[in-house]
Amino acid sequence: MEIAKNVLLVFRTEVMYQPVIYRLAREFDLVFNILEAKIFPRREGRLILELRGTPDRVGAGVAYLAKAGVEVTSIADNIRRDDERCVHCGACTAVCRTGALAVDRDTGEIAFVPERCAACGQCETACPMRALAGVNIERLGGVEAVR
Amino acid sequence: MSERPPVRKSIQEINEKIRSGRAVVVTAEEMVGVVAEEGPRAAARKVDVVTTGTFGAMCSSGAFLNFGHATPKIKASRVLLNRVEAYAGIAAVDCYIGATQVREDDPLNRVHPGRFEYGGGHVIEDLVAGRPVSLGATSYGTDCYPSREHRATVRLRDLRDATLLNPRNAYQNYNCAVNRSDRTIYTYMGVLRPRLANATFSSAGELSPLLNDPYYWTLGTGTRIFLGGAQGYVVGAGTQHAPDTPRTDRGVPRGGAGTLMLTGDLKRMDARYLRGASLVGYGTSLMVGVGVPIPVLNEELAWLTGVSNRELVCPVVDYGEDYPHGTGEPLAEVTYADCMAGEIRVSGRPVSTSPLSSLPRAREIASVLAGWIRDGRFQLGEPQETLPTAPWAGSVPGS
Ligand code: SF4
Ligand code: SF4
Repeated sequence: MEIAKNVLLVFRTEVMYQPVIYRLAREFDLVFNILEAKIFPRREGRLILELRGTPDRVGAGVAYLAKAGVEVTSIADNIRRDDERCVHCGACTAVCRTGALAVDRDTGEIAFVPERCAACGQCETACPMRALAGVNIERLGGVEAVR
Repeated sequence: MSERPPVRKSIQEINEKIRSGRAVVVTAEEMVGVVAEEGPRAAARKVDVVTTGTFGAMCSSGAFLNFGHATPKIKASRVLLNRVEAYAGIAAVDCYIGATQVREDDPLNRVHPGRFEYGGGHVIEDLVAGRPVSLGATSYGTDCYPSREHRATVRLRDLRDATLLNPRNAYQNYNCAVNRSDRTIYTYMGVLRPRLANATFSSAGELSPLLNDPYYWTLGTGTRIFLGGAQGYVVGAGTQHAPDTPRTDRGVPRGGAGTLMLTGDLKRMDARYLRGASLVGYGTSLMVGVGVPIPVLNEELAWLTGVSNRELVCPVVDYGEDYPHGTGEPLAEVTYADCMAGEIRVSGRPVSTSPLSSLPRAREIASVLAGWIRDGRFQLGEPQETLPTAPWAGSVPGS
């Protein structure tokens, strides 16, 4: 069975120019997809990757990254929707292109699947209720980008 | 079926049934099935009241507040609530807090798109939720009202009076918005991506109040409604009420058309149904929950309340160029069935749609209102004067 996991990788200066990513494919047989990237020159680089492979290999790949000095944050564990604030209006579905936020056609509710989130940050501003948090590449899960 | 005489009921008769617990109440969604299966005449005989509901951003909303006098008294000429200005050009301690007023120091759209984090809609939500709000009133001082400044932290229960009065709510129908320009735009219809990448719509469709009584035969000054979680009233036609909008045979307006001015006691309302909203790049607003009961007085009303999303149409309008400049024609006419299914066709292309108003909460409002009526807690209000209307050219099939 294959799984897909979206992670934020933070490369501090020490590891910024190390060739770690390609080994994910070569040694761990993972398919990766770059969803978003941001480089703050001479300070850090941020990358949002979708990792695809068997659960074992994804786990091993993530462990390898951490050992290589890359800070790895699971996106699904960090994006939050405040269900008290959310009114299920659907405005966020206009900007979410990964299907993490989508209309459930039976109930009309806005289903939220954090595992699909690519942390593009679009829904954070599109939500009129400010119900979504933690989904911006620069401010993900409390790991504030060094500016 | 057509041998039986046509159905004629009065609002008094229906209220009598409500009092004795015999009234048959269904939601506008359920009515679609009843009319489709049993026909309009049988549906009119069977059903007494159809309840509707909608929950979405309604910018033309606000509340009159009277904050009472301290000693010495003040004739407030400028009032701020959590740093949002309320209109103070009325009597001494009265003011009107409007949903779209933003904070004094809001950066607006200086860095586009602005986020508009807090405004009048949020003040109203905070009050209704029982949260403390800072009040700052200033004045020039008069012989009878010498005080020049009054500061206090107030909660809704401390205010002498608080009345929601929304000049235009529950728009009968609305545009489906798209963007043909080549940049992302941030509108009151949400975020619209360039080159027809997406579409947004804002209607509860077959549950929507005015789409169920399209000629406003039962609606007018004094109609009792669900407003923000409490009982409220229709004041009359809302601003921009336009009954003459072109319509389909079943009375469905092909654009905006009717609107309602609504009022109710803010102190009885519930923040679940009144929520401050921040529309990126546009401003603040108030999400308002409205439910209107439609008495099924005759088979015409049964037929009209039986309308389904497949027959409810709306125009697709370009907000990139056409809408802001008041030019161009709608790009297409689509149904709410298509909008709600997630895809419409515009200029021969499939475009994915997103709602902006909450269907689950619209359903909830229609069923809460139905419950109130079934329990005998809510009687229908008799309109003292119905809204300006237009002639109906259609007819009920089979009669
Ligand atoms: S835009 Fe916000 S309030 Fe509306 S459905 Fe999405 S998360 Fe919920
Ligand atoms: S950040 Fe929001 S819009 Fe972007 S992928 Fe995640 S849920 Fe969707």
